[in-house]
Amino acid sequence: MSELTLQDERNAASVRLERALVALGIVALIAAPFFVYPIFIMKMLCFALFACAFNLLLGYTGLLSFGHATFFGGAAYFCAYAVKAWGWPPEAGILLGMGGAAVLGLVMGFFAIRRQGIYFAMITLALAQMFYFFCVQAPFTEGEDGIQGVPRGTLFGILDLNVAMNMYYVVLAIFLIGVFAIWRIVNSPFGMILRSIRENENRAISLGYSVGRYKLAAFVMSAALAGLAGATKAIVFQFATLTDVTWQMSGEVILMNLLGGIGTMAGPAVGAGLVVGLENTLATSGFPVTIATGLIFMICVLIFRRGIVGELYARWLAPAEGGEGGKG
Amino acid sequence: MSATALAARPDSAEDRPRVVLSARGLRRDFAGFVAVKDVDLDVHHGKIHALIGPNGAGKTTIFNLLTKFLQPTSGRIELLGTDITRTSPARVARMGLVRSFQISAIFPHLSVLDNVRVALQRPGGLGFQFWRSLAALDELTPRARELLGIVGLDDAAHRLAGDLSYGRKRVLEIATTLALDPKVLLLDEPMAGMGHEDVGTISGIIRGLARDRAVLMVEHNLTVVADLCDWITVMQRGEVLAAGDYATVSQDERVRVAYMGTEHE
Repeated sequence: MSELTLQDERNAASVRLERALVALGIVALIAAPFFVYPIFIMKMLCFALFACAFNLLLGYTGLLSFGHATFFGGAAYFCAYAVKAWGWPPEAGILLGMGGAAVLGLVMGFFAIRRQGIYFAMITLALAQMFYFFCVQAPFTEGEDGIQGVPRGTLFGILDLNVAMNMYYVVLAIFLIGVFAIWRIVNSPFGMILRSIRENENRAISLGYSVGRYKLAAFVMSAALAGLAGATKAIVFQFATLTDVTWQMSGEVILMNLLGGIGTMAGPAVGAGLVVGLENTLATSGFPVTIATGLIFMICVLIFRRGIVGELYARWLAPAEGGEGGKG
Repeated sequence: MSATALAARPDSAEDRPRVVLSARGLRRDFAGFVAVKDVDLDVHHGKIHALIGPNGAGKTTIFNLLTKFLQPTSGRIELLGTDITRTSPARVARMGLVRSFQISAIFPHLSVLDNVRVALQRPGGLGFQFWRSLAALDELTPRARELLGIVGLDDAAHRLAGDLSYGRKRVLEIATTLALDPKVLLLDEPMAGMGHEDVGTISGIIRGLARDRAVLMVEHNLTVVADLCDWITVMQRGEVLAAGDYATVSQDERVRVAYMGTEHE
């Protein structure tokens, strides 16, 4: 009794095109380290996963968090500390970072979901600032220095992550798993309820859904996945710093989403690539990065209201709702 | 299922309409302004009950109070014999009291079919399953189609709900509400902004719904109220002005002065 759904109804050509793009993206990422400096792509992948995790909340649940640096940077600290001070293997450190981020997400979400709109954002910002100052003071973060010299170790005791290519493919695998998890959540019965809450919260309540629980669950999932990105970054760069828990980092992930396209699978990753790429290019030129990103942001808001990928979807692919695609 | 329930319930004396939703001494203040004051209300199974009154009389506030979207300042509400005065709105909905909204409440970027399936999803516990694919919802499709058939939307199942005409959005909302098989249905101006033929269609649907559930509706179209409703409560400035069947209420001098005298001559 399988029924056609809206996605199936979209003409088969655009579905094929989407699949082809995803496959192409994955192939490109597998080949990339032979052409581009691997560390740079790994940085992009970490931020792309972070941005996609954020989009789970903003794009598919309609909640604007201004405190996601807490999960990204917090997980980096937890992971770096466990690996360096306790000698944990990298996979355990990353899992700890993810778990820690989920717990932080549970606490922040618990308070934030009681309010809506700008108040929601303000509560997340306030709690994120509290966490930032905690990180400044707490001895285990090593303050301004950050946790440096984190050993990459060997994954599962067999794969030496000090080899750049090994590290790269582990990061790529984590990124793909993370994005797949987000895609699965968005396109699941649970994701359907999240969308209905985004579309009309009062109606969802009147259908008997305790929307608070759904929002909290989405918040925790988003936090955990942002933590996965942050913890992975700590292993790649072998350090965890205050930069990753600042409010500027929370702002940056919003910028990545707006640039790429909220509510599309690939948009946040594209936005992240753009921002990270820009930062890397401008880092050596002496031109202030924030002015460049600010200008691009203004252009985006004025011309590409839906973000880069969002506009592409609206023009060429989906006549209905864009966003079920996905990109490696 | 509803058909057998219907057959088993003849209009005999022993099956007197029972009260399924009742409010006593309902009051709500907004920073000094009393929006609803000392309202008593009984809604009966199998009956259509209208709540009428001029704009600002407090009808929608009463809806919000009954469905717990607003907390009453004082008073007591009972649903099917249970005190729900302090219950959460989602819980009240799960107990069988489901409302529609004045502005059509649909999920515009979901397909018509998905609008109904979202409602069907909850009882099966499918709501929290984030690890399964959307194909898990296919089992709900036959029932969703059936409900769309009842309101005449089966041809539009795969269209985006937001693209429907106004009248069809309203019947989609009713189909979604029906998916929950509510015991008490609260409809906030179901005919607002509709053309003649749509009014007739919706009247028919509502009459069918009321056979095995209670309906409370806010409505401005008095022709519809006279034709459709078994009991009428007239509100003015947050208070109940009169209550009774249409004949009684329309004869009431205060009602004529306050409401009908100006709008329904």
